[in-house]
Amino acid sequence: MEYTNKLESRDLLEMYRLLMLTREFEDRLCGLWGRGGVVELPHGSQGQEAIAIGACYGLRVQDQVLPSLRTRGAFIVKGVPTTLQMAGIFGKVGGPARGKSTTHHMTDPVRGVLLGTGLIGSDIPVAVGAALAFKLQKKESIVVNFFGDGAAQRGDFHEGLNFAAVFKLPVIFVLENNGYAEYTPLNKHFAGTNFACRAEGYGFPGIRLDGNDVLAVYEAVQVAAARARAGEGPTLLECMTYRYRNHCEGQTPEYMRDPAEIAEWQKKDPIPRFEAYLVERGLLNEADRSRVYAAAQAEMDTAIRYAEESPFPPVEEMSTGAYAPEDPTLVGGRRI
Amino acid sequence: MREMMYRDAICEALAEEMRRDASVFLMGEDVAEHGGNFRATVGLYNEFGQQRVFDTPLSESALVGAGVGAAMMGMRPVVEVMFADFVTIAMDAIVNHAAKVAYMSGGEVSAPMVIRLAAYGAGRRSGAHHSQSIESLLTNVPGLTIVMPSTAYDAKGLLKTSIRTQNPVLFIEHKMLYAKKGEVPEGEYLLPIGVADIKRAGADLTIVSYGRMVDVSLAAARTLEKDGVNAEVIDLRSLQPLDEETILASVRKTGHLLIVHEAPVRGGFGGEVAAVVAEKALGYLDAPIRRVGAPWVPVPFSPTLEDAYVPKEADVVKAAQAVMAN
Repeated sequence: MEYTNKLESRDLLEMYRLLMLTREFEDRLCGLWGRGGVVELPHGSQGQEAIAIGACYGLRVQDQVLPSLRTRGAFIVKGVPTTLQMAGIFGKVGGPARGKSTTHHMTDPVRGVLLGTGLIGSDIPVAVGAALAFKLQKKESIVVNFFGDGAAQRGDFHEGLNFAAVFKLPVIFVLENNGYAEYTPLNKHFAGTNFACRAEGYGFPGIRLDGNDVLAVYEAVQVAAARARAGEGPTLLECMTYRYRNHCEGQTPEYMRDPAEIAEWQKKDPIPRFEAYLVERGLLNEADRSRVYAAAQAEMDTAIRYAEESPFPPVEEMSTGAYAPEDPTLVGGRRI
Repeated sequence: MREMMYRDAICEALAEEMRRDASVFLMGEDVAEHGGNFRATVGLYNEFGQQRVFDTPLSESALVGAGVGAAMMGMRPVVEVMFADFVTIAMDAIVNHAAKVAYMSGGEVSAPMVIRLAAYGAGRRSGAHHSQSIESLLTNVPGLTIVMPSTAYDAKGLLKTSIRTQNPVLFIEHKMLYAKKGEVPEGEYLLPIGVADIKRAGADLTIVSYGRMVDVSLAAARTLEKDGVNAEVIDLRSLQPLDEETILASVRKTGHLLIVHEAPVRGGFGGEVAAVVAEKALGYLDAPIRRVGAPWVPVPFSPTLEDAYVPKEADVVKAAQAVMAN
């Protein structure tokens, strides 16, 4: 495939590092599940990492992302430390909100992670509202909202997309179509042919693309971002992908999926594909690959050790912070 | 002192806050040129323009959810839900996001917004989908602040404070109060949220109420006076925070408690008030606590049925007499 981006080799290699780190994060986390220590139920994103990395690479610090359950890479690109993430997964005080929230649902607006949700799809209106704020404030910032094919069946998808279209809001809807809503395959929860065409019904562009091609995702998001920053409104990107793991760990293994289907998708794995591209361009050799992998392993060693050694939050933490302090110097509940 | 209608007091509060703070904006269904279904936003569109006063699609979930997102990014949205009944559509945004943002972010951010639940309650022959008292759906959700004013004066002062707080406020307005007139001073004033108001002082019986039932309770108190019962009427003004001290101090004085609200008695907020008094002042009570509220049915449509449904002065008097008979 020909790409039109102007990414320099250091950007390409950084995207590769982020892909590798995200995969390593998820593999290590899923491997730890059930051996004690991990409290937050893992919902592995292996196979889908190119969407998060491609979409978030190139965003500005002020741009806000709302990750889905399978956008681990968004936290990583946005700079949420792997130590913080892993401490959170272990339920430790060093995690999000000092142990009061999971990483799946964490909020870190300074780094540009607005919100996660346990109510699949309920984040779509919130994403739209953040984009509304940017428009009212005449800022160039944008919002990138990730969700799966399951969330696209929620009323909030329709309400949110229409709302964003009516007010021409700077938001990009990234639909990670991995073919399953939990365990229910797409053909059992959707009678249409694709989701991208829904955008036309709301009056803005919808594009279906290869979600396992990190550069294709990057380019599509950059086009949509330019459109959003120019005040031209939202875009829906339907990124076709596949998850290798079950909906979550600790469930009946793969009782509904054909192993041949998984094997077929592993041939389209985003990481070897990107490696092949980098090798072809002369940017990566086997020694580089080993070095990047070793660095990802070392970072995860550090993150897991930090999580294991960190203390749990003191019980007093429970009773703090249900309400923001009534401090008139706060803006949006925080100092900015 | 000048008199104004409850709806105009709400409108004046909105206008003053929008003049003061450029981050305050208003959105909802038909709130702009139309001025709101119950005329509480008339003139705001003309003064502030469509950037700050605008109509939205008929999408309560997106409306309130977008308010949360905008609030998290530094705006101070006021969103109008045209009928309080429609809050059910937006419950996800309220319960799972607005209420939890501060806690789940560890104080990084909150959702300082006002969700105006307009036109709650019965009395307009509007049927079961436009007449409910829905506050008890919300009172068991930590993170929310719930304000229910009964007068124009309280509505203005409390709405201004609600707009300035760092947390999400449900501001619940009764449809039968919009045209009610009351004294509202010229110039700015703020009322604290979480402080009940003793609308009528008395020594024999404590009547705790809020919203439209405050006036019904006051009318009952005047009737009871003729029977020699001097009732104190406490207007909670906010259910969360709940001003326990004002309730308890009154009960310690009177020894008798009657709770009056328009919502169904079963599972209604009166149960919480009764529990607080039972836990903290039981020994002061000279008689069992009683509650007056709606029966355990949806709000009916026909005038004979709706009139029978809504608690009336006579119901409050009768219940008060029962409390005092002990």
